[in-house]
Amino acid sequence: MASPTAGESIAITALDHRWGDLAVLEGIELQVSAGESLAIVGASGCGKSTLLSLICGLLEPSAGTIAVAGDDSAEGRLRCCALMPQRDLLLPWRSAIDNAALALVNAGSSRAAARDLAAPLFEQFGLAGFEQTRPSRLSGGMRQRVAFLRTLLAGKGVLLLDEPFASLDAITREELQLWLREALDREHRTALLVTHSVDEALLTCRRIVVMSPRPGRVVLDAETATLDREAVMAALRR
Amino acid sequence: MRRYAWLPLVAVLLAAWQAWVRLRGIPDYLLPAPSGIAQALWDDRSPLASQALVTLREMLLGLLAAVLLGVGSAVVLQRLAWLRAAVYPLLIASQSVPVITISPLFLIYLGFGLRPHIAIVALYCFFPITANALDGFRDAPPELGRTMRTLHASPRAIFWRVELPWALPRIFTGVRIAAAYAAVGAAFSELAGGSGGLVDSMRDQLDTPLVGAAITLLAAMSLALVGAVMLLERVAVPWSREE
Repeated sequence: MASPTAGESIAITALDHRWGDLAVLEGIELQVSAGESLAIVGASGCGKSTLLSLICGLLEPSAGTIAVAGDDSAEGRLRCCALMPQRDLLLPWRSAIDNAALALVNAGSSRAAARDLAAPLFEQFGLAGFEQTRPSRLSGGMRQRVAFLRTLLAGKGVLLLDEPFASLDAITREELQLWLREALDREHRTALLVTHSVDEALLTCRRIVVMSPRPGRVVLDAETATLDREAVMAALRR
Repeated sequence: MRRYAWLPLVAVLLAAWQAWVRLRGIPDYLLPAPSGIAQALWDDRSPLASQALVTLREMLLGLLAAVLLGVGSAVVLQRLAWLRAAVYPLLIASQSVPVITISPLFLIYLGFGLRPHIAIVALYCFFPITANALDGFRDAPPELGRTMRTLHASPRAIFWRVELPWALPRIFTGVRIAAAYAAVGAAFSELAGGSGGLVDSMRDQLDTPLVGAAITLLAAMSLALVGAVMLLERVAVPWSREE
């Protein structure tokens, strides 16, 4: 289920979002092609995580439209998107492989069939031998890999990664950034990575969007290959 | 070794109690010596054993009813915030009602069979289960439910695969507390009448060795019930010891 999934396009037009009187996002225009990897960088509270919740249909925008694979309904967006939150949120009572295969079981597969689909990916994700291990016995980096695998195995075209490495130490984080870039290149899904780290954004994704402090607006949208760290930092300070 | 630390403590306490009663010449009707209680346990072993079985059945069935009532009410109250706001203060207030004073009413409502005893034990025991289960349901991180929705999970799947297992360690905490209460609940129900349980051996309050023997059995059953719940917890939620 995981590998053949193709990415889906995202089209965001004139998006505003408010929490009561508080404007969180304003005038967001964003087009993401199918299979593209995009990093969203911005200060805390600029609405990055809210934007992910809006894209995947957990929230409805106050104004404007968001369409995923051409469908702008919340149900349609939810059908196409899988969210990986900052904390791995693995279920402590399930083994690593049962955590990874959770979306397959939710979708109606038997537990045995779901495990059969997940098992070959454990080798590929550097988790071989830890299939039956419960999360409390895994390192932080391994837990994040299992959480990423769980997101991937949902078989959705859009992966929304909300600061997935924020809680890791610097060495593990760097190792996982390289690993994630390879995984995204291999998968051809559309991926949106929210991060505070400019280096992580430049290393992991092909394209970067920089957002202003609240209310979040897009102040820079460029290919990462054409930018350096200073240019992104200048946009963040703008 | 730590597991058996209570043994020497109990031995010392019993020895001190025995010595105090014998050295001071305290009569049995004021305070029976442990040896007198042991003697009563042996002499009346047959009626005590059949009474203990009756009380144990009340405790077990009452605790089971309390678990169903406690977890069931927590599931409903967790789903319906308005109902929780309306009902929870009443549940807390209900805990200040001395169950012993309303126990006879249950015999009038439910007759002289096992049912009033089960109802009284359940009423006495369910609140710690409800309170702990509600806390357990609240312990599940809210972002996990949101994440699960993007992973094909229906609300029913989120309940069965996330919220309920997440709440299980707290539910077991409530059941453990309730199991410790069950013996007293059963005794209250038997005081209201019509049971044939251990309280029948406590009615002659001048026969203090026999009262002591019945209390000893009640305490032993309470300990055994709490132990059984802890054992079940170890099997059912092994992950809660790993975190």
